[in-house]
Amino acid sequence: MDIHALQQIVHKTRDARRKQTIPKFAPTERDQLIHKYHPDFRASAYRPIKFGPNEGDKTVMELATLLEGDSSIQDHADLTAHYTCDVLVIGGGGAGCAAALHAHGAGAKTILATKLRLGDSNSVMAQGGMQISVAPEDSPVTHFIDTLKGGHMENDHALLKTMVEDGPSIAKWLLELGVLFDRQADGNLHVKKGGGSSKPRLLTCSDYTGLEIMRVLKDEVINQKIQLLEFAAAIELLSDEAGNCTGAIFKDLDNQRHVVVAAKCVILATGGIGRLHIQGFPTSNHYGATGDGLCLSYRMGAKLAHIDTFQYHPSGAVYPEQLIGQLVTEGIRSEGGHLVNATGERFVNELDTRDVVSSSIIRECEEGRGIRTMSGRVGVWLDTPLLDAEHGPGTVEKHFPAMMLQFERFGIDISKDPVLIYPTLHYQNGGVKIDTNSETNVKNLFVAGEASGGLHGRNRLMGNSLLDLMVYGKRSGLTAAGRVASMKQGQLTLKHLQRFRAEAKKHGNVSGVISPMILPAYTRKVG
Amino acid sequence: MAQDNANVIDQPEVMTPRMVTIEIAGKKVDVPEGITVVKAMWYAGMDVVRGVGCLGGFCGACATYYRTKDDPKVRTCLACQMAVQDGMSFTMMPPFPARKATYELQKLQDPKQDLFNLYPEAPLCRNCNACTEACPQKIDVREGVWKAVFGDFKSVSEMFMDCVMCGMCTPVCIADIAPNLVALYVSRAQGAHFSEKPVGLDVRIKEIQDGQYNEEWDKVLKMSEKELAEHCATVK
Repeated sequence: MDIHALQQIVHKTRDARRKQTIPKFAPTERDQLIHKYHPDFRASAYRPIKFGPNEGDKTVMELATLLEGDSSIQDHADLTAHYTCDVLVIGGGGAGCAAALHAHGAGAKTILATKLRLGDSNSVMAQGGMQISVAPEDSPVTHFIDTLKGGHMENDHALLKTMVEDGPSIAKWLLELGVLFDRQADGNLHVKKGGGSSKPRLLTCSDYTGLEIMRVLKDEVINQKIQLLEFAAAIELLSDEAGNCTGAIFKDLDNQRHVVVAAKCVILATGGIGRLHIQGFPTSNHYGATGDGLCLSYRMGAKLAHIDTFQYHPSGAVYPEQLIGQLVTEGIRSEGGHLVNATGERFVNELDTRDVVSSSIIRECEEGRGIRTMSGRVGVWLDTPLLDAEHGPGTVEKHFPAMMLQFERFGIDISKDPVLIYPTLHYQNGGVKIDTNSETNVKNLFVAGEASGGLHGRNRLMGNSLLDLMVYGKRSGLTAAGRVASMKQGQLTLKHLQRFRAEAKKHGNVSGVISPMILPAYTRKVG
Repeated sequence: MAQDNANVIDQPEVMTPRMVTIEIAGKKVDVPEGITVVKAMWYAGMDVVRGVGCLGGFCGACATYYRTKDDPKVRTCLACQMAVQDGMSFTMMPPFPARKATYELQKLQDPKQDLFNLYPEAPLCRNCNACTEACPQKIDVREGVWKAVFGDFKSVSEMFMDCVMCGMCTPVCIADIAPNLVALYVSRAQGAHFSEKPVGLDVRIKEIQDGQYNEEWDKVLKMSEKELAEHCATVK
């Protein structure tokens, strides 16, 4: 049928739906729903990791294979350093920039290396906002409790407490750098309510929060003249005799040459895994989200946490084809947008946590109440015109300019017509286990941002990732910088890799792949 | 699962993709109509490293010049956000050597005057409007440059909130202005120097420093798993 004909049911049922309140699921119902429909519980997609620090732990096949994968570096590679520094930051997104700025600010000679350009990251796409408890009726403790509930009580308490308490000072730092957060009439920071939160707590820059923060941080990294290595993909870490981290080897993507960097401390801020397309899901992630940091630190002996759980953002675009997998911001639901199935009914409280909302969308689609596209996808409607009906004409355009423009390019006016959505692979809830200084169990190896794990438990709350990036970026940068003055540069060896290879051999070198992946293989094999 | 066709969207372009001939950096290739410009490059067997970033229209890495069939007008787009059509011709914009001024934002004494020291070319705009026409985000760039020069930093910061820093406004400028960089400076100055200080934020920071939440923390962190779960259930 014509898409407009199918959309009629959303328009027709709008007024009736506006009078409805959909209660959130009771805890037992919620658990049943998630166990039945959430992709994290699809047992056939998982297998135990065969060896290494997380031997026996289950994760998705795609990741297990990469973790067990071999390095592209030969045992006797030339390890003469091309660059030497105090602090080497790997990754140019939010966590990497925050780490580099703080390390540099504390006097450390800092290099920031990234496999694409400075700033190319998921951070730049964050639309929903950043959770910080600034409202008078809110508190860091409430932020802690909300996050714990969202994470199914499995969050690392120390990491979480640190994040929520550091939040307000992070907001101040960003304001001083010139970030333009939305304000109330009295000059205080405007806060929006996010899914799974009991209080309005989202700081926003319209629906460009990540872009605004990243424009400013990138600019500041350049202003501070921090040394950059762009188009340099980390392919192996370096260790000394004692197994401490001492640097990294990069592949220059312009000429395929290896670049060795010696560093007293290394901060990995390499982001997530969306581009592994686990379980065949489309993704909202940027081009380089291939989990490189997980593979690199795993070979070094760093333990991973919660790597069996991923976040599928409830609203990834399903139509048009060109936008498949891209996010339709949760902000639309924060402002009252309904999720509507093919029979014109709501089926979940739209502001429940992401895992609950995603599971319920999958349920509607699997039980035949979805809308199908001819490319074999299925989804439900997100009633965007409702926002204009509810808050006055022009609301969608004013509050969601990025969204409007994105769909307008393909001839769709989301203020007039609902959009078709289905969960999209969005975030890796777990990652490399860190302490409150952002350090791993491998000395002088820090991990910050999405690549780290423990803080978010089994489901990250909306708006907590931007804060995580800034807090642990800052902490890793400051801790590393505070340490380097009293340190000598350690030897550059591949001892860790030899150990890893010996273990892989014992298990029959089963992986058969080279990791990290660096970039997804989207290029069609021609001829 | 419902097998009837009642809830299926018509997409003839998906069922029988029509192949179209396009030109990528001067080379003719056949690709399915309607895929994005960046996917067309992958389809044509090209490895793309430089020129791809977020794939969501936010990072500005994939700035591209294109022309449609028989139209002399060269336009701009983000390669991840533009669908290809028959006869289209495009090439990605290489990194452009625009000059970015460097500054210590907090130390600026008079940011509106400092604009002319940092970007002395900013007031030389000759009103050709090429920058506005080049903007894939539909920002009125020319107007923004003038507003910056006249000190209306607030308007500039609002107008350029959509700016993805693709830099396509820069090569077309006959006065050698880099409008996106000027606007970034102006926006940051607006935020750091001309915006109200949020009083509530300082109050919260002081509360935390003064240990106002310590008692509540002690209570929460000492709870057993069960007590904590029960406590969480009371927070709505």
